[in-house]
Amino acid sequence: MKKFIIALAIAGVFILYSLGIRHKSPVLTRPSSLAVNTSSASSSAGSSSNTSSGASNGASSGSGSTSPSAQYKDGNYTGSVANAYYGNVQVEATISGGKLTAVKFLQYPNTHSTSVLINQQAIPYLQQEAIQAQSSKVQLISGATFTSQAFTQSLANALSQANL
Amino acid sequence: MKQTKIIMGMPITVEIVDDSRARVIDDVFNYFVNVDKKFSTYKPASEITKINHGLPADQWSKEMRQVMDLCEQTKKLSNGYFDIVHNGKIDPSGLVKGWAINNAAKLLLDKGVADFYIEAGGDIQVHGTNADKAQWVIGIRSPFNLKEIIKVITLNGKGIATSGTYIRGQHIYNPHNRSSRVDGVKSLSVIGSNVYEADRYATAAFAMGKNGIAFIESVAGLEGYMVDSNKIATYTSGFNRYVVNNA
Repeated sequence: MKKFIIALAIAGVFILYSLGIRHKSPVLTRPSSLAVNTSSASSSAGSSSNTSSGASNGASSGSGSTSPSAQYKDGNYTGSVANAYYGNVQVEATISGGKLTAVKFLQYPNTHSTSVLINQQAIPYLQQEAIQAQSSKVQLISGATFTSQAFTQSLANALSQANL
Repeated sequence: MKQTKIIMGMPITVEIVDDSRARVIDDVFNYFVNVDKKFSTYKPASEITKINHGLPADQWSKEMRQVMDLCEQTKKLSNGYFDIVHNGKIDPSGLVKGWAINNAAKLLLDKGVADFYIEAGGDIQVHGTNADKAQWVIGIRSPFNLKEIIKVITLNGKGIATSGTYIRGQHIYNPHNRSSRVDGVKSLSVIGSNVYEADRYATAAFAMGKNGIAFIESVAGLEGYMVDSNKIATYTSGFNRYVVNNA
């Protein structure tokens, strides 16, 4: 019974939250800033397209290529725009003292929903729980890879510009 | 017999329980290599690259036309959330992965292989049972800890795909409001009648943010498990049917 009440409370919060999102949606959907972002993005993507094949090679070795042993020039470097499918990822790498000290996201898929007219009737059927670690005795694992690939690609591109 | 190769920029694993049929694994990997040759936006000679440089539609291959039709259909089904045009370039990779895994699974079924799975970059199609004659056991990875499993399920003759943002140790900023951290959906796993359905709906629904799970609930034959940035999972009414209760 207690669990049921808690579940009901969580569901209530979720519904209130989704109502809130809907009310706010005109603000969230205003596309002007998005349009500015994408247009500037595509121009920088164009200028870095010649290095993108190298970047994708670097991406496969992942963040290992960002180890401090690498020799980089100090400064800020803007990576190429990488497609994370549902949006673009673009990072800016800061090198100081020859080391990668910060990575800033210039573009990131905005997972807040825009004007969604769908499926409000489906919400009452949804259930919620806090996630919990489970036994790892599994044969297979399902998980996402796309954004991290886009991230490593954009970062590898930024670091290729920082190479001495 | 289990084998992993890196194709299409991601690890692809195929396991076939019957060792006497191990040779067909090569056919599966060859199929993925051919898909990559045609659909990779990173390969200068691929058909999709040529299309982005102006190859007219009447010169597209049969597979390309099929994929383009499926992308168009998926865009309609998802109220426009599934879109293959990015920065003026066509990139159908959000559909090709699930489509290719599903076709590779059909290839094995056509050759009479009954017990196997194919997993590519976290998207999975399973058939039959494992070496212990038990159901294949699949974990859903935590978006907060790559080594942690947060849900254990079993599937047979179905597919599962996960979309998400797995970035750790980085500050993530909303590009429209630099002062606020991006908050919202961390991962969305979708179970479908096959991995193609699961993958394309996971991709489209993830782009919908927190409404994505309600969209999955509203589509017959799909179940979903969404994890948000507060470590709360929201799941569809039939999802528990697949869950293994582990002590």
